Amino acid sequence: MSTESHGIATDASAPLWSRLKHAHHFRSKEEEFDACKIGMWLFLTTEVLLFSGLFCAYAIFRAMYPEAFRGGSHHLDWLWGSINTGVLLISSFTIAWSIRCAQMNQQALLKFNLAFTAFCGLLFTGIKFGLEYGPKWAAGKRPGSLYDYPNPSTPNEPVWWSVYYAATGTHLLHVLIGTAVILIMLARAQKGMYGPKHYTGIEIAGLYWHLVDLIWIFLFPLLYLIH
Amino acid sequence: MSHEAAHDAHHHEGSYLTRTGSFWTTVIQWGFTKDHKKLGVMYLTAVLILFFVGGMAALMVRAELWSPVRQITTTSVNDAGETVTTTEIKGQMFNFPKAGETATSLNTGNETYNRIFTLHGAVMVFMVIIPSIPAALGNFFLPIMLGAKDVAFPRLNLLSWWIYVFGSIFAIASVIAGGVDTGWTFYTPYSTTTDADHWRVVFMIMGAFILGFSSILTGLNFIVTVHKLRAPGMGWFDMPLFVWAIYATAIIQVLATPVIGVTLLLLVLERLFHIGIFDPRLGGDPVLFQHFFWFYSHPVVYVMILPGMGIVSELLAVHAHKRIFGYKAIAFASLGIAGVSFIVWGHHLFAAESELAATVFSALTFLVAIPTAIKVFNWIATLYKGSIVLNTPMFYALAFLFLFSIGGLTGLPLATLATDMHLHDSYFVVAHFHYVMMGGTIIAFVGGIFHWWPKMFGRLYNERWALTGAVLVFIGFNVTFFTQFFLGTQGMPRRYASYVDEFLTLHRISTVGSWILALGFFIEAAVLIYSLVAGRKAPPNPWGGLTLEWEVESPPIEHNFHHEPLIKHGPYDYDDVVPPHWDPKDYPLPEPLPTGARH
Repeated sequence: MSTESHGIATDASAPLWSRLKHAHHFRSKEEEFDACKIGMWLFLTTEVLLFSGLFCAYAIFRAMYPEAFRGGSHHLDWLWGSINTGVLLISSFTIAWSIRCAQMNQQALLKFNLAFTAFCGLLFTGIKFGLEYGPKWAAGKRPGSLYDYPNPSTPNEPVWWSVYYAATGTHLLHVLIGTAVILIMLARAQKGMYGPKHYTGIEIAGLYWHLVDLIWIFLFPLLYLIH
Repeated sequence: MSHEAAHDAHHHEGSYLTRTGSFWTTVIQWGFTKDHKKLGVMYLTAVLILFFVGGMAALMVRAELWSPVRQITTTSVNDAGETVTTTEIKGQMFNFPKAGETATSLNTGNETYNRIFTLHGAVMVFMVIIPSIPAALGNFFLPIMLGAKDVAFPRLNLLSWWIYVFGSIFAIASVIAGGVDTGWTFYTPYSTTTDADHWRVVFMIMGAFILGFSSILTGLNFIVTVHKLRAPGMGWFDMPLFVWAIYATAIIQVLATPVIGVTLLLLVLERLFHIGIFDPRLGGDPVLFQHFFWFYSHPVVYVMILPGMGIVSELLAVHAHKRIFGYKAIAFASLGIAGVSFIVWGHHLFAAESELAATVFSALTFLVAIPTAIKVFNWIATLYKGSIVLNTPMFYALAFLFLFSIGGLTGLPLATLATDMHLHDSYFVVAHFHYVMMGGTIIAFVGGIFHWWPKMFGRLYNERWALTGAVLVFIGFNVTFFTQFFLGTQGMPRRYASYVDEFLTLHRISTVGSWILALGFFIEAAVLIYSLVAGRKAPPNPWGGLTLEWEVESPPIEHNFHHEPLIKHGPYDYDDVVPPHWDPKDYPLPEPLPTGARH
């Protein structure tokens, strides 16, 4: 067993995660872990409130123009929407698994899970841009004054597209930010920074990624499924 | 152990202000510091500079209103017998036309006026009042008052600071490019159509959006700090009331700011791409913008006032040397105000919403008066039989009580639908919110600066001159804004550069008041700057306070405490505890009144 002081290895040959100390202003690693988790949950609250504005706009315009929303949602492809939902759900599973890997010190599997999660984020973005936004934008199904589709179901259909692009676009931005964060986690995991006693980063990145998934779970039925 | 001895024992630990390198090394050290105290001082500096900028804009607004703007057209017959019409503009002080326009046009002058008051409002709200107390004094004192070495996330704190700088640069770029004339509320469709060929409005909106991130991250940091970093022995009800106030503020910052984030994002998309969400021509709803805007901006009114209330609780208890009356009531009233703040936004839309909604929001608005009045009565009860020392911080605290009460009570006729029909969008509203925001928050902020100045910089200031400045501020403020209550009730609408002749006298009194006010603030600035240069060295506890910041040195060492403090008494136990490092020579108390004395 390597030499330890307050549960922190002092032996230079010990893995990096076992040698990392908590920040000087915390009393213990546990306190630091708790603080980071509270901070992330608060941040997630702000994210929910950010999206609540978009959901509120959705509700109001849906009540104002039910036909525009019915007509508009017919243009969305439920198949690609479902596939993307599956992609995000699987990635939520792999990020949760990567936390478990860090706790169990399964370093290879940890890196695989992080890489796979990031890949899912990019896959989601690719499907969204290549198979959904791209063709629709080209066909003139654009927001507001940019709308240029020859036969709208009702004159107010552009508002539907504004809500669609604003809500999914803001979500997509979060997917990209989340993917970038997970790639940073991957780079750190490569250095051996995560292990049984040190996995705060992965845990809070995971919390963020679950929220990104959760928002989509609400957006998908509201936009694609209900008519 | 006296503080000298304590200092000797740890003389190797210099204060946080100690310089360790050349000038540029110091600049870089400050720019990338994670020390909450240095960040607090940098916020304080930025806020005070921007306060000067916003204040200059306010003086320009008042100067423009010295005389009403008149376009006089005279028709005369010249020597050749032709009729000549000449147009002349009188009473216009500022007229900065955009490129390609002539300065003689009445419109360019009016637009200039709009730009100046928008500059004043946007700078004062987004860059001064919102960050003033939480980001400057809160950053500096919240961790020390809790007995912590720093906030929970020092790196995030540094990020908040740089986001604040970045957002301010956006806003200032907009001002340099000519400024915006939308008013600080950015109402659509005006904000989406005015200056359509220019980026100014987008820059200003982006600035407000970015500043919002700074506000969220600071609030988040404070909440976690309060939850996790209290010193051993400090329960929730052993926290100073300033901390409670900052905690309640942080909750509002975290819960309300994201909504303005998405609102401003949609507004930028609306302006750049005309997505139509707020544009009725494309099926959108401009009233939705107003709801979104005020869902944030009403709670944010309490982001502005709650920290001020926290400061006043500290000032009254310390300078009356008395246990605060109704500690829990004041603490819970802070949370109560935070809670109520989320359900009253509709009172900004009385003219735009249905009668039922207006009635409901009017009724809810009256709820705010309850926790507010609880605080005011408890503060007054605190003063009763206290050993009151009428020094500068105490004077500001008393000024706060007086001005904030007027500001609060004049809110009631605005919350009442019937009277608001008459007062809506008039100078009464202007006077009301200046009494709350300036008479409340800014006065408390300045009082807090004078209270904690010796702690922050280790220097005492000239009490007589500071008090003189404070008295001038108080007089100037009332002369400037009390007149505006009369202007409002007589029908003077806000946001116009001109007015009918009947309002001339009142407008001139108000403008003279703004000069007295400015003189007061200049004196205060001079007093503070002079103290940095030549002030006497401050002892650790010049006022005899009991909260933890008075146990550390003035100015504090880098990690605040030599040893982690152990809390053995409450923050206001003046009856039972002798204040630490307290020397009656520094702070002679008046004799308390004998029990049962007549007064």
